[in-house]
Amino acid sequence: MAIIEAEGLQKTYSSKSGPVHALDSMDLTVPQGTVKALLGPNGAGKTTVVKILTTLIRPTAGTARVDGIDVVGDPGAVRRIIGVSGQYSAVDENLTGFENLDMVGRLYHLSAAASRRRARELIDQFELTEAGNRPVKGFSGGMRRRIDLAGALVIKPKILFLDEPTTGLDPRSRISLWGIIKDLVRDGTTLLLTTQYLEEADQLSDDIVVIDGGRAIAEGTSDELKAQIGGHRAVVSVVDPADASVARDILGRHGEGDPVADDDGRSIEVAVSDGPRALQLILADLGEAGIDLHDAGMRRPSLDDVFLRLTGRSADDAAVAADPGGSRNGRTSAAGTETAA
Amino acid sequence: MSVRAPGGRRSVDRPATASDGPPAEASSTVTLWLSDGWIVTRRNLTKLKRSPDMLVFAVLQPIMFVLLFSQIYGGSIQVAGSDYTQYLMAGIFAQTVIFGSTFSGSAMAQDLKDGIIDRFRTLPMSSSAVLIGRTNSDLVLNTLSVVIMMGTGFLVGWRVTTDAGSALAGIVLLLLFSYAFSWVMALLGMSVRSPEVINNATFIILFPLTFISNAFVQPQTLPGPLETFANWNPVSALVQAVRELFGNTGSVPVPDAWPMQNALPTVLVGVVVLLVVFVPLCIRKFASISSR
Repeated sequence: MAIIEAEGLQKTYSSKSGPVHALDSMDLTVPQGTVKALLGPNGAGKTTVVKILTTLIRPTAGTARVDGIDVVGDPGAVRRIIGVSGQYSAVDENLTGFENLDMVGRLYHLSAAASRRRARELIDQFELTEAGNRPVKGFSGGMRRRIDLAGALVIKPKILFLDEPTTGLDPRSRISLWGIIKDLVRDGTTLLLTTQYLEEADQLSDDIVVIDGGRAIAEGTSDELKAQIGGHRAVVSVVDPADASVARDILGRHGEGDPVADDDGRSIEVAVSDGPRALQLILADLGEAGIDLHDAGMRRPSLDDVFLRLTGRSADDAAVAADPGGSRNGRTSAAGTETAA
Repeated sequence: MSVRAPGGRRSVDRPATASDGPPAEASSTVTLWLSDGWIVTRRNLTKLKRSPDMLVFAVLQPIMFVLLFSQIYGGSIQVAGSDYTQYLMAGIFAQTVIFGSTFSGSAMAQDLKDGIIDRFRTLPMSSSAVLIGRTNSDLVLNTLSVVIMMGTGFLVGWRVTTDAGSALAGIVLLLLFSYAFSWVMALLGMSVRSPEVINNATFIILFPLTFISNAFVQPQTLPGPLETFANWNPVSALVQAVRELFGNTGSVPVPDAWPMQNALPTVLVGVVVLLVVFVPLCIRKFASISSR
């Protein structure tokens, strides 16, 4: 049974340069107990989808139901069964971790005692003891995200929405947060996640929807998508640029599709279907040809690879295209610009 | 507020979602509304308590205003029929609480920017609780500032010449007006793109409103159109009413304009009008705002 069903969602904002279509006929179905990732660059419309489903904004057109409840018709009923954690860490800096969680509990209308008990439970579960009794101000980004995520779990929601939960976090905090999220979904919580990282979608979700320009452009499991974009990629970097063309031929022989060289021509990569085996063959042939290497290895496909394959342009270009003014492009500021753009 | 059946509609058929005890049982929408409002008020007050810079500002500004105006202008501004310090104090009180209520606007804008409003709006709380909490906590702040100003005023020779009941009524009137004005500012706070805009708007709107009034000078001394504006300015009515309640009018002639002759009813009607217009506007605005 689908617990989230959205059909033909549209969201149009007016701006100085005419209407901006943040969402352009988006369909989405999330079966109960599964994890779905919305994968796309800044401005693709991911946050807009989440904001509509969590009752923060109304769609210009289209319908959305969460657990059978219309999000526009009865937002109050939707709010009683969802938990939301956004990309901004909506925690109050002047309150302690405990006070933040207790406040959320009371506003979910738990009794005072139940709310305090739940806040303490979450503090333990998320290893927030340090932040429990001190104002959040001054704690690291990772700690804030954990408090924000804990805030979304105060009632053990039926459906959890995480909007770019790890954007702007350092790798260690990211991996730690992934661990927490994995534990949650193991219990059967339905999760809708948005992310700019293919690896994150891969790690956490059952099913991925690639979204661009306010529309879903591909959907499938991580394996299906990877098959579509050529799975792993083998990368080699030659010492002598003169060897590049020979190396390119060798990569072409063992890879799928045309090898791609970077700007200075020394680093060449190609999609491979059988992973390490292809790399072994490539290295053997390069050795036979007497070509010296700086570096060689495998690389997971990135959002950029997915985009290049699906849309013919890079994810960065897509982000720029989605925000033609460019004034609030998020590539430099991690503080995200997803929303209206 | 519409009153719905106790317990809310969904909580009965969806008990599994609340893990620790059911949502406060058998509580009517009104109880939940009061409780939500109180929780947000408490959050705002805690926030205030933890921001010493803001608290110091809130305490020092009223003291500064009273001292600056009474000590600096007191020597050079003459009001026929009253000692200037006696005349001035109601004006300072009114101006300070009106400026105090602008905090409702900047704080709403800041919460919106910080994403806290998004958090609140995804919770099953009363839709007006955030606004109630905001205006309540700013009322507390304004009460504090009135108390401080009265104390400072007393030190520089200001006196209430009526009875305790009238004095209390004067304080209540100041706070009522500032409370109603908080809703105006809250709407502004939800309509601007950044908290900084509020501060600029404050200067542009509130300085003329408080200065082209009887707060610091007699309207009769102002040039034609400004005199008319001052006589019909709601701030003037507030100041006049408070002056009367504190017994600080001396023998200063009251301008002929209707609102000045009937200051107290004018203020009361003004407060009701502000609330009737801006509370629903704020609630409607709140239902559609989200961080950008």
